[in-house]
Amino acid sequence: MVRRMLTGNAAAAWGARLAQVEYVPAFPITPQTEIIESLATWFADGTLSGKFVTMDSEHSMVTAAGAAAATGVRTFTATSSQGLVYAMEALYTVSGWRVPFVLVNVSRGLSSPITLGPDHNDVLAARDAGFIQIHVETCQEVLDSVLMAFRIAEDVRVSLPTLVNLDGFFLSFTREPVEIPDAKLVQEFLPAFHPQHPVFSGSQSLAQGVAVLDGATYSYFRYQMHRALENALEVHEEVAEAFSRLFGRRYRALEEYGMADAEIVLVMAGSFATKGKAAVNRWREQGRKVGLLRLRMLRPQPAADIARSLIGRKAVGVIDQNISPGLGGILYQEVSGALASAGERVPVMRSFIGGLGGKDISQGEFDWVLEALDGAKPSDGPVPCQLLFTDAEYEQVRMALSIAGKSQGGTAS
Amino acid sequence: MKVPREFYKGPKDIPHEEELSPGAPLCAGCGGLMTLRLMHKVLGENVVIVNAAGCMTLMATYPYSPIRSSWLYTTMGSVAAGAQGIRDALDIRRAKGKLSEQDEMKVLVLAGDGSTYDMGLSATSAAIHRRLDFWYLCYDNEAYGNTGFQMSSASPFASRTTTSPIGQQEPEGTFQEKKDMFELWRAQKPPYMATVSSHEVVDLAEKVKRSMAIKGPKLFLALAVCPTGWGFDPRMGDELAHLAVKTGIWPLKEAVDGVVRHTLIPSRFLPVEEYLRPQLRFRHLFEPAPHTEAMQAIQQKVDRYWEQVRKDEPAASPALNRGTSGT
Ligand SMILES: Cc1ncc(C[n+]2csc(CCOP(=O)(O)OP(=O)(O)O)c2C)c(N)n1
Ligand code: SF4
Ligand SMILES: [Mg+2]
Repeated sequence: MVRRMLTGNAAAAWGARLAQVEYVPAFPITPQTEIIESLATWFADGTLSGKFVTMDSEHSMVTAAGAAAATGVRTFTATSSQGLVYAMEALYTVSGWRVPFVLVNVSRGLSSPITLGPDHNDVLAARDAGFIQIHVETCQEVLDSVLMAFRIAEDVRVSLPTLVNLDGFFLSFTREPVEIPDAKLVQEFLPAFHPQHPVFSGSQSLAQGVAVLDGATYSYFRYQMHRALENALEVHEEVAEAFSRLFGRRYRALEEYGMADAEIVLVMAGSFATKGKAAVNRWREQGRKVGLLRLRMLRPQPAADIARSLIGRKAVGVIDQNISPGLGGILYQEVSGALASAGERVPVMRSFIGGLGGKDISQGEFDWVLEALDGAKPSDGPVPCQLLFTDAEYEQVRMALSIAGKSQGGTAS
Repeated sequence: MKVPREFYKGPKDIPHEEELSPGAPLCAGCGGLMTLRLMHKVLGENVVIVNAAGCMTLMATYPYSPIRSSWLYTTMGSVAAGAQGIRDALDIRRAKGKLSEQDEMKVLVLAGDGSTYDMGLSATSAAIHRRLDFWYLCYDNEAYGNTGFQMSSASPFASRTTTSPIGQQEPEGTFQEKKDMFELWRAQKPPYMATVSSHEVVDLAEKVKRSMAIKGPKLFLALAVCPTGWGFDPRMGDELAHLAVKTGIWPLKEAVDGVVRHTLIPSRFLPVEEYLRPQLRFRHLFEPAPHTEAMQAIQQKVDRYWEQVRKDEPAASPALNRGTSGT
């Protein structure tokens, strides 16, 4: 075991390297590119054996990744933002083949307008694609999750691709101390790939991706995929347990922070949860009973755990780093759904949109959220989602608009 | 003129084993299916067919498949990338000693013209660029057949499709010229490429056999007669495939490392009319009044093509001879 300062991108590449991936189809996109550059180097210098291949697009890349996994080699790939949505058709296609591989997505806001800063609209667009989705908070968690992702994906009860999501810039380009596990221990945790599913081989005839033209059979296969994804919850627990025995770090589908006696709870995902935790620490020092629930596993949704964690709290605020125009925050809907299906209600549920395109969520904004939740009453009636936006940011945008020759007011305010 | 046969003297010499069993849910007289059947016979077993969305996708319909080899349906736009993933994975397994000889497979892309000429072109061009070792069979029925025969960039000038209907604005229907896919591939100099016809079975079999000694991207571009889309009696399928060759509309050729030779040149060309007339998609060229200008344009294009062939391959080409119906 060595400890090094690694960016999130380097940590992702190290995860793939330690997993001894055999095949990496790739395509560049900021802020993910460093991952594939590192892997290209390691294949070139013989650190990794197998093949690295640059494809013509992410649509091709994901197709090739799925086809290689269907032919029985351990496969890794990575993308971001436009690349992930460009691959959308292929994502659905390969998950239907029920093949295991790992895809790292480095979150970045979607065009238009084109941007580089992170938010979660890219990865959430893929939430129904039949991939397991793990959202990480730190660079260490990036590396660890990639290793765990292979074991979950390859488990015969699951046999589905797994997506590990890290935030662009805040993780991709940020150095943090990362423990690089010992390769021998990793091999114990994740032995060489022995496919449990039938793979393409001359001596056996196999048809994959076959057309299904009747609704009943189609429903059967689609529901089977749903059940396999659900299995990933249990498999994740086992894998996390095995991981912690070997490496001492225990991951859960949900992370509870300061939740024991919390009356007010923030729900967040990804690296901005670190900012949320800092806010919780500050408030705790002021004696306020606030906690944070981090959604780590988004698919399968640990619905029962979400409900168990939130039931009995006074107020819950979901900070979504995404926006579904015309609806609001996506995770707010997910959390509300989890509570509803448990037949439970939290007196006050509020939806906040923050951190779009990498916009910061400042201390002041967190404080504002806390006061909004504290002062909220069940009798307030329907409250729409609220955008976190500071006066200084408003001023900045107003300046930009005036330079662009757009008068203030109008729809921009 | 026919190039000398290397492997098969006549149709009887072509392997008798069938890799496709009868009973595929495709139209009667489907030229695409016939071409696949012939090609697969020569390739033999241990093939994985990587398919793009199109008519052939319905060949494997759960829980049935007429294919004795393996099958992977991908998408309309990334079929060559699917071939890449499989080929690479097989190579990786082989290098690691995890693939026995009998587990080795030939990777065969099966795609229609819509996928080949349009959406899938980027993925395919990239696969050629990477020198992927695979076969690519494009069964060209000259439209998006599966969705009901809409225009693709392989639809020939003056053919009617459901999205290039005959109207005042476009009296020819399709006013664009068919994309020259053979030349698009050739620009990337793949080691082997050929055009084939389901009628000229020995020519086809010879080409497949020749290609089997060659590593790298190998294109088979087949004119796939399509009774449903073109509008003719399925019983006439083979005759129409023959007419396409005899009129010079569908030249039979191959290119090794980019060097072209024609493999069958009719000693006398029939007028293109002979090929166009039986097809509903060209009916507007004959009725209610003959559309002489369009017909001449088609004929001229064919003539010009063969004039050029005569210059490029003088030894192989007899003088351009236009026969008449019945010769
Ligand atoms: C991305 C995408 N767009 C559209 C379709 C609908 N579609 C299915 S088959 C097909 C036609 C394909 O045409 P071609 O490749 O010529 O094959 P053919 O149907 O003629 O056999 C189309 C447009 C699809 N499957 N995928
Ligand atoms: S529409 Fe044409 S290409 Fe498609 S199955 Fe029928 S005959 Fe074959
Ligand atoms: Mg077609």
